[in-house]
Formats: sequence, structure tokens, C-alpha cells
Amino acid sequence: MFYPHTESERAEMLRSIGVQSIEDLFVDVPEKYRFPKLDLPPSLTEMEAVTLMQELANENYSTHDLICFLGAGAYNHYVPAVVDNLIRRGEFLTAYTPYQPEVSQGTLQAIFEYQSIIAALTGMDVSNASHYDGATAAAEAVVMAYHNFRGKRGKYIISPSLNPQFRQVINTYLSGYDNVSVAGPDELDPMSSPDELEQFIDMDTAMVIVQYPDFLGRIYDYAQLANKTHALGTLFAVVVNPLALALLKPPGEFGADVVVGEGQPLGIPMMYGGPYLGIFATKKEYVRKMAGRLVGETVDEQGKRGYVLTLTAREQHIRREKATSNICTNQGLIALASAIYVSLVGKQGLRQVAELCYHKAHYAAQKISQIEGYSLCCNAPYFHEFIVCCPKPVEEINAHLLEHQILGGYDLGKNFPSLDHHMLLAFTEMNSRDDIDLLCDVLAEVAND
Amino acid sequence: MTEPTIYEMSVAGRVGMKYPQPDVPLSPLPDDMLRRDLPLPELSELEVVRHFTNLSSKNYSIDGGFYPLGSCTMKYNPKVNEETARIPGFTGTHPLQPIETVQGNLILMYELQNWLAEISGFSAVTLQPAAGAHGEYVGVMIIRAYHRDRGDLKRTKILIPDSAHGTNPATSAMSGYNVVPVPSDARGNVDLEALRTLCTDEIAGLMLTNPNTVGLFDENVLEVINIVHQAGGLVYGDGANFNAVLGIVRPGDLGFDVMHFNLHKTFSTPHGGGGPGSGPVGVVEHLVEFLPGPLVDVIKEGDADDYPLFGFVEPPKSIGRVKSFYGQFGMHVRAYTYISMHGAAGLRAVSEHAVLNANYLLSRVRGKYKLPYDRICMHEFVVEGSWDDAPDIRALDVSKRLMDYNFHPPTNYFPLIVHEALMIEPTETESKQTLDQFADALLKIAEEAHTQPDLLKSAPHNTPIGRLDEVKAAKELVLCCWIPEDIE
Repeated sequence: MFYPHTESERAEMLRSIGVQSIEDLFVDVPEKYRFPKLDLPPSLTEMEAVTLMQELANENYSTHDLICFLGAGAYNHYVPAVVDNLIRRGEFLTAYTPYQPEVSQGTLQAIFEYQSIIAALTGMDVSNASHYDGATAAAEAVVMAYHNFRGKRGKYIISPSLNPQFRQVINTYLSGYDNVSVAGPDELDPMSSPDELEQFIDMDTAMVIVQYPDFLGRIYDYAQLANKTHALGTLFAVVVNPLALALLKPPGEFGADVVVGEGQPLGIPMMYGGPYLGIFATKKEYVRKMAGRLVGETVDEQGKRGYVLTLTAREQHIRREKATSNICTNQGLIALASAIYVSLVGKQGLRQVAELCYHKAHYAAQKISQIEGYSLCCNAPYFHEFIVCCPKPVEEINAHLLEHQILGGYDLGKNFPSLDHHMLLAFTEMNSRDDIDLLCDVLAEVAND
Repeated sequence: MTEPTIYEMSVAGRVGMKYPQPDVPLSPLPDDMLRRDLPLPELSELEVVRHFTNLSSKNYSIDGGFYPLGSCTMKYNPKVNEETARIPGFTGTHPLQPIETVQGNLILMYELQNWLAEISGFSAVTLQPAAGAHGEYVGVMIIRAYHRDRGDLKRTKILIPDSAHGTNPATSAMSGYNVVPVPSDARGNVDLEALRTLCTDEIAGLMLTNPNTVGLFDENVLEVINIVHQAGGLVYGDGANFNAVLGIVRPGDLGFDVMHFNLHKTFSTPHGGGGPGSGPVGVVEHLVEFLPGPLVDVIKEGDADDYPLFGFVEPPKSIGRVKSFYGQFGMHVRAYTYISMHGAAGLRAVSEHAVLNANYLLSRVRGKYKLPYDRICMHEFVVEGSWDDAPDIRALDVSKRLMDYNFHPPTNYFPLIVHEALMIEPTETESKQTLDQFADALLKIAEEAHTQPDLLKSAPHNTPIGRLDEVKAAKELVLCCWIPEDIE
């Protein structure tokens, strides 16, 4: 399909190699299994393939058809035209990892700028060049803590209001290590205050992990918990929504040692869950212990400023089994997209987006709280998501909302038995007042059904 | 010219993007939780566009030229993939939507799972892993889960050939295993005698890249797999080099138990300057129950009137989730487009031409570069970038000099078993003319190494920047646009 060879070129090349046919190049493959017949659909031309893909996409309802109030880890934000336009440039899109810095300064400087933006947003000293997504970044934070204590501290305290998928991924990653345990989620109500976590911290605790705003949308000041954590020499990790950090105090100010998070809200389409962006930032003293690629500034022989991948001795291609992680390919292009997004919307714009989300959510909360049968379940300030206690099963309400082209909230009962009949609703700059009023009308209608 | 950083370009008060005024009443903000300062850049839209366009011009790319990086499969990334992956019906779907509203996505993932299983000869495939190394991690955790499920706890070691990618040992360590290296023999195969000695009842398995990283198909692959199986171990296939064997041989047929794919190598999704990749994993029948969940499956059979309903299932003994949601869906769309445009015959032709190109290039440079293993190669080959009679020249110098001829260098200093290695993978999408130009450059450089070595030592000369001081970078650690102490 995309190979350019003509018949005569093939013949000439085979002559140069000194074989009769292309088949002769595969003599090392066991004959019995050579050239299997593959059962695949017949090949399509580009025109046909595009039609097929459009037909598949037509089988979906997307947020272009539906009003979206679903969040829970992926959010419907506006992506400015500039972002996709720039990342589609072949010079970015079809380059490899910048191992040869002389011909990769574009990628390298862009990642350097990405690292700067993430450091600024989180209030940390350094950011790496990205992880696969927020959940794997959180798992890498836990692995870093394991190695920081050389495996001698085996306890990890995970806030019960951490995104359940993040918790699942952390559990998977920890299952590769012996003598480790996870405390927190089973013992505690997801609605409990972070101070409840203090009782679990002891000298065997490697890391405490909380979310900000948490999975239930709540904003807590973790300063006190961070202090207690540090008092026992334990590391404190904060999982963030980077967009919320345009408004809220950065975790660096209340004692985070590591900040990780899902970067999708920074200009990345929802795309059914990926590719997204794993943010990982930390303090200077942990820079040699962190996983992932890092870009550093330096000069060439003429003294001209340039950028290179640095501290590569932490990585698998140098350290092999002693590396801080096995990560190689990361989310380079998505990190670039987020850097372009933040550069474009800028200092004022990012704050504006965050405030729009905040005000729309608070307007909705106030209206929903007045609908008979519904009540807010908020015991703390919240950002752009909050819990509504519903008069009927969430699934039933969502089915009804869908009939009005509304994508309803997340059914918290799926992860938290104590939150049966509780819906997590998310609001962004994409939701107009009319959308929110319609949501409230339909919610009222379901309650009265 | 040095391009300023976005922070250097920033002008206080500049606005790049306007947002509508709130259409709802304002609520009080949580004063005690607000940040005091937001140190982000302030640029106009044009400044942003120009800055990143200028940066992009400092990159070498497949779209711009030949990129023969061994082990990376830098083939052409079809533009149609970028179109299909941006159809609004895909991009605008939320990962937690009810399954009834995303049947298109689920059909696509279901069929891609099946196609990859068919191409590789495995029973089932998970699309969840985000990249090759992530796929390796899933594979080794599955091997671990298999042994543990059988109550076989004494297996603490993983065998890894000395030619393997660094991700293999790093993955094994992350999965709680001790790494035992296996030597290669004089023909570049796994050393069978050494393997027999190492295969005790303490080995969990072997991680094998085949074709291996010197570009050779292991002549004894069936015997290698058999030895490991006899010892009760499983065989992991590193799919980094799968571009050599599409429609040529199915790893599942050879006896591999588990393997990862690199959609960003074999199935043409772009590398993006370092990612995103996508690393689905295939397994044989007796390992299906350990796959990370969820998998896409038919959850309600269809009939004459209704389509089947696709949804998610959890394998009963799953190693657990390894990523949020279902994998790099955008990459799944691209790979699906690519496979649908090839079919069985087209995929076989991909590998045939990849192998043809590599052998042709090898035939052009043989005699001028030392070959550690002179055999018919698969999709790539390794030469030595040094000569006894040009003692100052190293592989790195050859690489840098290639930039002056407007080529991207091959992978250098890998695999570790080859002295001054240059690992060359042309891929099937390059024409004979391009290969000839590259071969001519390599031959010219081999000559220059002997006649004008300084030309190589001081290369590159035509790039946006010269050789960079990596020691200074690692020592001073300037990792963002300001020195951390300067914040506040």
C-alpha cells in the first residue's frame, strides 16, 4: 500500500542481494509456519476506509450530539483551533524521541517549556516530560516512594476519595513488590475528611496520596495532613486536576513532595479515554529518583543555547534492571498539545476557564438543590464537580436524561456502596446557562415520574 | 537562530484567547484556597503559532526525510489516519458514556482485538497498555500471575538475552523478578547450551525479541521455546520487531505465550516526538483469564432484527487495571484504519518490502562497514561504526556526519553486544532511490573516516545547533525556564 517499489526495482534489488525471490529472504523462518493465511477483511482504498470509519463513528453519540455533564476523570473542554493545527505539523508528529539533539531542538525546547508550565502550575521545582496518563503517573509516584525507602517502608495510604481507577492502577503496580500494603479506602467512608487519614500514618508508611480537588469534586487544604505526614518522614503525593490549579493554591504551597495528575483538561480531546497526559512533578531533591524523560538546558560548542535529554542514567536504556522505571515512549505529542494550549490561553485565559467552570457548577448546584427530591451532598468547598443525592437509581435518571440528549453524571454507587443513588455532575465552560436549566427541568421531571 | 522561550516572549497583559463572559450569576470564590500568583506566559495567538512553527522547523521528521532508526520502525505515517482519528464522532466521546451510546467505538476496539489476535496467532488481545514498555509490563505480570495461580512460587527469575532492549530487564525488575542474562552465540542466535543450563525450575520465563535486535530471525526459535517450556517457563515475545513478520509467521504458532504489539511502529501510528504509543498484548488460551480488564466483547448476541450489543468484560483472574479507561483509543482508530487498508496480502507485502529494503541496503554497504553477523537479515541490520585503520572515529561520529548529508542517524550504541553499533532499519515505505542516496552517504563517510577524520569529529555542520554539552546539562540541571530558587 505505502511501499513504492516497481517490479523492475524489486528485481534489481534482489539481484544486488543475491537471491532469486523475496521468499528466499525468509529461509530462517520455520517452513511449517511460514506464510500463514490470515483471515482479515479485504483491503480498502482510502476512500472506502474513510467511509467505513465515518460509519463506525456514526454509531456513537458524541458530545457534538449530547450536552455533557459527565466528568469523573475526563472533561469536556473547548480545544482552541491552534492546538490541533500545530501538533499536526509533520515536523512534530512524525519525529522520534529526541535522542539526537542536533536535529530535535523543536521537540526538546517544547518539552522544556512544557516542564516549565507544569512546574509553575503545581508549584514544584521540576516536572518530567510526561507519563501515559494520570493513573500511571500516580502509580509511578508510589514506585518512587518504594525505592526512596529502599523497600523498607511497606505501607501506602490512599485517600478513599482518590479516583477509583487511579487506586486500581496503583494496586496493580504495587502487586509486583513484596511486603507492601495499602491502607485507607476500605476502612473509611469516601465522604470522610482528609484528617481521618492521619490515624493510619506510622513509621512504616512510605507515602500518603490524596487528590485535589478530590474525585468527589471537593477542595481541601491539606497543609495539616502534609505536616503530619512529614513528621514521620513519609512522602506526601497530591493528585491534581491541572486546570483547577489556575484558581487554587498550588500543592507546592501546602507541602506536596510529588504532584501527579491527569493533564487531559489542558486542551486534550476526550477521545474515549486516550491518549491523555500523565503529569509528574516533584521537588529538586527527588529529581534523580523520578521516572521518565527530562529535558535540560545546555550549550553547544559555540556557546549557543540548546536542549538535551538529561539524567538519562536513571532510565531503562542505560540502567536496565536498575532503572527507576521501564518507561520509554511517553506522551510527547500530548505534552506538546498541553504546552501549546496553556501558552495560548495564557495566564488570564486559564484562570478564566477555571472560573467559568466554578461559577457554572455553583449555579447548577444552587438550582438543583431547589428541586424536590434532590439534595446536594457537599461537606466542603468544591471546584466544578459535586455530588447530588437522587430520588431514584442514577442509571434510571441518566436513561431519562439521555432521551433529552443529555449525558448525565457518574453513578457513584458503582465504586462506593455508601453512595448508592448519588450522582457526580461535572460542569465546564462548554455548558451554557440554558443547558444547565434544561438539566434541572429534566431532573425535576424524572423525580415526578 | 536561537528561539526564545515562551516565558522570554511573554508580555504582561497580553491575551491570546478570549472566553465568553459568564452567563450565570457569580458565586463567591473560596478565598483561603486561592492562589496568589499564576506564573504562566502571556502571548498573542500569532506569537504562539509562530513560536511553535519555528520550533518545529528545528526537528528532523519522517515527513521531511529518511529516518533509518533501528528498532523504531520509522515508516510513513499515513495522513488518512490523522483524518479518521479526528472524526468528531470519535473525538467527542466520553470514556464513561453508557455503552449503548458508543457502539461504534466498541465495535472498532472489538475488531482490532480480533485482527491483532489473527495476525499474531494469539487467542485474545488487550488494547489497554499505553506503549511498548507498558505492554511488556502487562505481559510479565501475566506470567507472574500464571505461576502464582498454580501455586508455583519458587520461580523468581526471568531470562533475558544480552541483545535485548533495556525495557525488558527494567520491566522484569518492576514485576518483582531477578534478571538473568542469556548470551548470544556466534551467529547471533540465543546460545542453546547456555539456555539449557539456565533453565531450572526457578525461571518464570524468557523474554525474547524475534527477529532480535541485530535484525536476525533466531534459527533455533522452536528449540529455544521448547527448552523454556520444558523447564515450566513461559515465553514472552517483544513485538518491537513485528514489522518483519506480518503474514510471514505468527508468533503464537511458534509457541510464544504472550507478546506485545507496538501500534506506533508496526501499525503506522505516529511517534509524535516520543509518544503517544500504544502497546496491546496478545496471549495464548491459558493466559486469557489473567489479562487486564476490561476487554471488549459481545455482551448480548444479535439476531435478525438487532445488532449484537458490545460492552466490557472483566477476565476472572485479571492482573488488574494498568491504565485509566481502555488504552490509547486515538491510536486504535489509526491502527484500525491502517489494517483495513491493507488486508492479509497487504500486510504480508509490508514485511516483505521491509525485509527487502534492509537486505538491499546491507548489500550496498557490505565490505565498507564491518558486519558482526553476516547473514540474511530481517527488517534491520547492525554494522560497526569504527575501523581499525581509523582509530579516532566512533559510531557517534558517523551518526553526526550523516546529519550533514541530511539523513537522520541510525540507532547508535545499541545493541550492547555489538562494538560501536549502528543499527539501521529502513522500513518498507522508502524507495530504492532513497536507499541508494543513503548508501552513497554511508560509503562516502567510510571514506572520509580514513581521509578526513576531522570532518566526522566536528560534525554536524549544517544543523540548527552543534554538538551539545551533555555533561553541563546533567551537572547544572536547568530543567525549566527559571532556576527553582528564583520562584516567588
